[in-house]
Amino acid sequence: MKTRIRSILVGLALAAAPALSALAQTTVQNAWIRGTVPQQTATGMFCRITSTAGGKLVSASSPVAGMVEIHEMKMVDNMMRMRPIAGIDLPAGKAVDLDPSGYHVMLMELKQQLKPGDMVPVTLVVEGKDGKRESLEVKAQVKPLATTGHDAMSHDAMKR
Amino acid sequence: MTTVQQRSRRALIRAAALAPLAVAPLSACSRRSFHGLDVTGVDWGRDFHLRDPSGRERTLADFRGKVVLLFFGFTQCPDICPTALARAAEVLRLLDDDGSRLQVIFVTIDPERDTPALLRAYTQAFHPSFLGLYGTPQETAAAASEFKVVYMKVPSGGTYTMDHTTLSYVFDLSGRLRLAVEHAASAHEVADDVGTLLQA
Repeated sequence: MKTRIRSILVGLALAAAPALSALAQTTVQNAWIRGTVPQQTATGMFCRITSTAGGKLVSASSPVAGMVEIHEMKMVDNMMRMRPIAGIDLPAGKAVDLDPSGYHVMLMELKQQLKPGDMVPVTLVVEGKDGKRESLEVKAQVKPLATTGHDAMSHDAMKR
Repeated sequence: MTTVQQRSRRALIRAAALAPLAVAPLSACSRRSFHGLDVTGVDWGRDFHLRDPSGRERTLADFRGKVVLLFFGFTQCPDICPTALARAAEVLRLLDDDGSRLQVIFVTIDPERDTPALLRAYTQAFHPSFLGLYGTPQETAAAASEFKVVYMKVPSGGTYTMDHTTLSYVFDLSGRLRLAVEHAASAHEVADDVGTLLQA
């Protein structure tokens, strides 16, 4: 299911003819957040991002979380490691998946319980190759805590 | 997408890494084959001494007569821990009536943040029968060490995350450690293995 997206250009207005402007058109699909129990203070948001012109997801924010970071989870030899990263590369025209086997947006210092069905606003900031930043306001759907990764994602995203 | 070949190779490497620890004694029992790594007879993973959310002390003996599936994790884990527990819930579902003879246990390696109340709410979100266990930092360390579970706090911004071993452990009806199950194992494979152990 697609989420509604509004893309807002932040920065200088482009003066060049529309045909020549390299608008970083970024689309976000299937944005979802793993639901929480009341006492939980952190959870992950997942989605598929495609940047037509190419760029990098550099930051995120949300009114429901006091701190938001971009994380990469790696599993090596049965050990899980999760680290904040500076950004996620978005190669031009290629869909990049944030899913429970790798990248995610980590929502921390949660201010409220996130219940299945809630629609949570999240702002994703994508930096284009020209250095210009684009803010995308996304509404992520909260899914049950016990959702398995493949319930929520398309088949290409599944890693087996 | 990993190929079957890559996965087999990796599984072999992992098995080799654990091989010195896996001592399979020659016994009169017929050797069953499992999807998970057979660690029958190892001299570790013998027991735990932790508390449940109501503060009661629990050990493996409490679950004699059931197969136990044990996982170490923490609730601020957005990927591995929820998917491991979701898989366990799926295993329960696949076992049908036999599911009542499987006890899933989640031990927190982050007792500082995973309070008893949070633990209880968290495990119940996956299935009402799941049990969360916790201990003091020392008790947690002792339990993890017994199961060769590595875990560490990693500072992250103003807070921390935890690196940790993602293996699940399966015990037979007599409370003996039998299998180490990788995160990548499917619910069907795990259900198969649990089913085999239930027939013992």
